[in-house]
Amino acid sequence: MSAEPMLQTSGLIAGYGNAPVLRGIDLTVPAGTITAVLGANGAGKTTLLRALSGLIRPTGGRIVFDGVELGGTPVEHLVRRGLVHVPQGRGVVEELTVEENLRLGGLWRRDRTDARRALAEVYDLFEPLARRRRHAGHQLSGGERQQLALGRALVARPRLLLLDEPSLGLAPRVTAEIMALLRQLRDDTGLTVLLVEQNVRSALSVADEGVVMALGRIVVATGPAELRDDEQLRHAYLGF
Amino acid sequence: MQRFIFLTLDGLSRGAVYAAFALALVLIWRATRIVNFAQGAMAVATAYAAYSISTATGSYWLGFGIALVAGLMLGAVVERGVMRFVDHGSPLNAVIVALGLVLVLQAGLGMAYGNEFRPAPAPFSRTALSVGELALLSRYDLFVFAAVLLVVLALALLFTRTPVGLRMRAAAFAPEVSRLLGVNVGGMLTFGWALAAALGALAGMLIIPTELGLHPHAMDLVFVSAFTAAVVGGLDSPPGAVVGGLAVGLILSYVSGYLGSDVTPLAVLVLLLAVLLIRPAGLFSAAARRTV
Repeated sequence: MSAEPMLQTSGLIAGYGNAPVLRGIDLTVPAGTITAVLGANGAGKTTLLRALSGLIRPTGGRIVFDGVELGGTPVEHLVRRGLVHVPQGRGVVEELTVEENLRLGGLWRRDRTDARRALAEVYDLFEPLARRRRHAGHQLSGGERQQLALGRALVARPRLLLLDEPSLGLAPRVTAEIMALLRQLRDDTGLTVLLVEQNVRSALSVADEGVVMALGRIVVATGPAELRDDEQLRHAYLGF
Repeated sequence: MQRFIFLTLDGLSRGAVYAAFALALVLIWRATRIVNFAQGAMAVATAYAAYSISTATGSYWLGFGIALVAGLMLGAVVERGVMRFVDHGSPLNAVIVALGLVLVLQAGLGMAYGNEFRPAPAPFSRTALSVGELALLSRYDLFVFAAVLLVVLALALLFTRTPVGLRMRAAAFAPEVSRLLGVNVGGMLTFGWALAAALGALAGMLIIPTELGLHPHAMDLVFVSAFTAAVVGGLDSPPGAVVGGLAVGLILSYVSGYLGSDVTPLAVLVLLLAVLLIRPAGLFSAAARRTV
């Protein structure tokens, strides 16, 4: 783990219209780790990711990504810096084929050879996608869509991956596969992941750090073991 | 029988132009969910640009090229300067803005060139070549077919085989995801409008010489026919627009040939009404497929 955090926010305020959803977020995501963001519905987890990737403009605070402040960087430039956000509901482009979806992840890159190599790696990683490369996005199952969304993000060769509820609507076995893959990517390539999850158990099974959000603030930041074991915390914020 | 063959070929020739014009409507609809009601007036404006250049230089082809370039520019300007600022809260907003643009363009052209018919010469003979007793296609018809075929194929290749085409389709279908993956969605929109307006300019250049001549309202009925064609094909589908364009061309040719050309404007509207009543999603629409 390097000393420099991959991502750091201080006093981040963002929301829709006049009502701030995020009310001062101080978050540090160390490089090469998986950080889980937990919390009830409406706590602001998705808004946090959308503010980090610039889909909504923060109205206050700072975001420092890999040592560079992101203030005002256009959304479409962030992928070049190595930040890729996989939105909730997976964002597979239904009208495009599997292969076109994946190529979309590598379009920004100048190095066409490496973009092709990244595509081949993703096909190795997700064998069902390789079999269905000519199928349209809307023909895929839920699990395949998640694989496609994740695979497409990996084609972009991210250093920081923002994942919004990858387990949503998936069978436990498929969720477990995805979590195992995140762990493998972290260990093999040093990928940093900020993982928003409702599924607390599977998120904590891979996370190195855990933060709990409530009403637009981070109320707990600690290790996953502490979150699992502290009964009071669990009852108060995680509901189990 | 001879008459039927003649009407069929003539209908296909006009239909090819409707197809191109309908394709331009579909390109913009897919990217922005806006029916560009100003497309006819925009095409006429580019035809006037061609007219000015051609009369000044004496070269038809220079004017032809200018029309296409003017189309590209006008499309980009209309998107950047007008359509980008339309509030999408109600679908009618864009329609009203586009109709306003029609008024501005037609009034402006009327002021600059006068509300009279100007000659619009065709670059090739419009006399049908005969095989034996049978009058078939004119050289100009062949030129129309070739031009539309070439452009449609080029567009198909652009959209399905090139990175820019993939970016444009992704930006149209899923703008937010595309931005997250580094696609300049705003730029793609502008480029799409420019392409569509150039395609509209081509259609205008091809069809105006077959009509009464150049006039600020020269494309009004063509627009309605092409809009009908796009609706027949399902506004979402480029192949549908091409098939719809040819079909509308054929139907109108038969109507005008057998029932009289006075009935044609009525026939266009009846056809549009019928399609909207019977199959509003169009024959080739992907809507049904997407709900699965």
